[in-house]
Amino acid sequence: MEEKVIMAGFGGQGIMAIGKLLAYAGMLEDKQVSWLPSYGPEMRGGTANCAVIVSDEAVGSPLISKDGTAAIVMNLPSLSKFENELVPGGKLIINKSLIDVEPKRKDIEVYYVSANELAAELGNPKVANMIMLGAYVELTKIVEIDSVLHAFLKVFGENKTHLVPLNKDALLKGAEAVKVRA
Amino acid sequence: MTMVYEKSKGLTDVPFHYCPGCTHGVIHKLVAETLVELGVLEDAIGVAPVGCSVLAYKYFNCDMQEAAHGRAPAVATGIKRVHPENVVFTYQGDGDLASIGTAEIVHAAHRGEKFTTIFVNNAIYGMTGGQMAPTTLIGQKTTTSPLGRTVEHSGMPIRMSEMLATIDGAKFVERVSVDTPANIRKAKKAIKRAFECQIQGKGFAIVEVLSTCPTNWGYTPVKALGWLQENMIPYYPLGNFRDFEEDK
Amino acid sequence: MSKVLMKGNEAVGAAAIKAGCRYFFGYPITPSSEIPEYMSKALPEVGGVFLQAESEVAAINMVYGAGGAGARVMTGSSSPGISLKQEGITYAAGAEIPCVIVNMMRGGPGLGSIQPGQADYYQSTRGGGNGDYRTLCYAPASIQETVDYVMLAFDKADEYRNPVLICADGMIGQMMEAVEFKENLNKNLPAKDWATTGTKGKREKNIVNSLFLEAELCEDHNIRLEKKYKLMEENEVLYEAFGLEDADVVCVAYGTTSRIVKTAIKLAAAKGIKVGIIRPITLWPYPYAIYKDINPNCKGILGVEMSQGQIMDDIKIGIEGRMPVYFHGRTGGMVPTPAGILAEIEKIAGGTK
Repeated sequence: MEEKVIMAGFGGQGIMAIGKLLAYAGMLEDKQVSWLPSYGPEMRGGTANCAVIVSDEAVGSPLISKDGTAAIVMNLPSLSKFENELVPGGKLIINKSLIDVEPKRKDIEVYYVSANELAAELGNPKVANMIMLGAYVELTKIVEIDSVLHAFLKVFGENKTHLVPLNKDALLKGAEAVKVRA
Repeated sequence: MTMVYEKSKGLTDVPFHYCPGCTHGVIHKLVAETLVELGVLEDAIGVAPVGCSVLAYKYFNCDMQEAAHGRAPAVATGIKRVHPENVVFTYQGDGDLASIGTAEIVHAAHRGEKFTTIFVNNAIYGMTGGQMAPTTLIGQKTTTSPLGRTVEHSGMPIRMSEMLATIDGAKFVERVSVDTPANIRKAKKAIKRAFECQIQGKGFAIVEVLSTCPTNWGYTPVKALGWLQENMIPYYPLGNFRDFEEDK
Repeated sequence: MSKVLMKGNEAVGAAAIKAGCRYFFGYPITPSSEIPEYMSKALPEVGGVFLQAESEVAAINMVYGAGGAGARVMTGSSSPGISLKQEGITYAAGAEIPCVIVNMMRGGPGLGSIQPGQADYYQSTRGGGNGDYRTLCYAPASIQETVDYVMLAFDKADEYRNPVLICADGMIGQMMEAVEFKENLNKNLPAKDWATTGTKGKREKNIVNSLFLEAELCEDHNIRLEKKYKLMEENEVLYEAFGLEDADVVCVAYGTTSRIVKTAIKLAAAKGIKVGIIRPITLWPYPYAIYKDINPNCKGILGVEMSQGQIMDDIKIGIEGRMPVYFHGRTGGMVPTPAGILAEIEKIAGGTK
């Protein structure tokens, strides 16, 4: 089993963070993982994206190039940039709160998640990224939600323990959002 | 029998290669004597430059490293950061320190690196055959300023001591000359103070020593000393620019 | 020790410290800036010194001084910065100063781009500075290998009294993978009795130097260095190779590119094309001997690199004209794709079987 997911959005939406969480969760489950960011000036304020691979075998190319199995897009520029990187049948998870157009491709599975509204319901707009990640994990079952929460403490530090319940709620809310096909 | 003069133990027995009348020999002696008198010869690590004093690593009787051209302050920084308890010094000429190595000397001073620099200024490139240095005086003829240096073409000669004295991290800056016995004694005093500055952990210390190059200036040794007095000292005034006790 | 997820640049720093490196002199440059950032935090915690130099030139000369003073010392940078360090590298080679230099290669020439590149191959393997000298050069393909070879590099630097290069690329520097830190390796290294530490009145003075004004002595020095380089050629060659004996096509690639090639090899296998790989782990010394194991009926060798084909010279030396050689590369910060490599493989193999 190999998941190649692109995560993309505005800088500040926590794109890199959910990528790291997924990679770390995969590692905790003894899977082979890689996390590759876009870097340089592109990072500063503009769009941010990273490629995460979680696999049962050694990761070949850490780049995702027309062979993505999934993409999480949190803003409009990311949709147009990355929908073409998916294989036919790949999963495209769209943040409906900020993207009001449909993808051009018809040969992929598309899921809409109103991440910002759902985050607002939880009282914290910052967890929109976790809602998207929750949706992705639900759709692929590539890692356990618990592994993501375990990874959360590894990536952000034990002093963030108090934020675990909120992030767990966000992951579950995201998962719930895609259980019924949008 | 009374011993009236003894070669410093701070120098090896390797014969100097310097030209007759060149004052590098005097300056080497002053540095070597200072290391011995301060009791730090066995802890000393020197850095030799590229230029006439490139072979200084053979002459000083302590551990030595030979640096790339101008990089002695960076090399000395590396050594001193590894061995802060040792006494580290660089010995550099004006091409090395004031031209190709300006970035290294300025930033070593700026960081307040705790080593001592002996800067020998003879207003010319000696080793490579008498080319113009940043310190070459206006009107001075060299093999790359055959009609004499002009301000329009090459700017004014650079005064390193004045410049370095503006830097906070430079805790001791003095310009001396070795043209007369009296000035040699003053030079020795300044060199000693520059090493004390390091030993007391105050910061960067530099002594600029005005020196002669009879061969490339085209003068006899005696005439060269006269040329230094008449031309260099007026443009490069002797004296202390910074002393670490001022900071107390 | 259990696995941790680490960015390549940070893993370089952690591995160096694990290997006993206590001094780092560097200057920021994308995509390797996390090396100095990591060291500025981690080195003081172990009693070491991180110093941000005024330039790459100064940084490598600080490395020279510290290495000459007997310390385990490292600098890290990326292509344009590594160009600036060439002076210090040849001086360190000449003066036989052990040190480790990490190059997270990016697109060139000049300022180039900040994306990954491998066009510093000539500079790394042919000597970027002046004179007859060689530097051991490791090309890791994963963060785990980066950690392993950075640690090995310090031992090899001390063993041979020689600078050692780590030639990775921006992708290795920036990506995160799981790594495990092994215990430090070689404990039987020669004492650094040549280093400048102050005589303490107990020994003759030591001189760290690359100057030999008498040509005869300089030649003797070169001959002695060459013997050392021969020893490295005999003992330090590292590579990975598989599928050579019955290959239709053999790919040669190192570092990040070798991973993309491996993905392409799987795609080719699905189409019935047998593709082997030679992955040099040491770019110098180069694994020429393994070319003898290639199927004599192999249709060709395909070099793949993020350059315009700098690895081809070594491929030609290795294959000695026995079969055709081809090149596929992207450059300037662009990265080859498995599909692009597969297309070349198919051309060489004569189409899908």
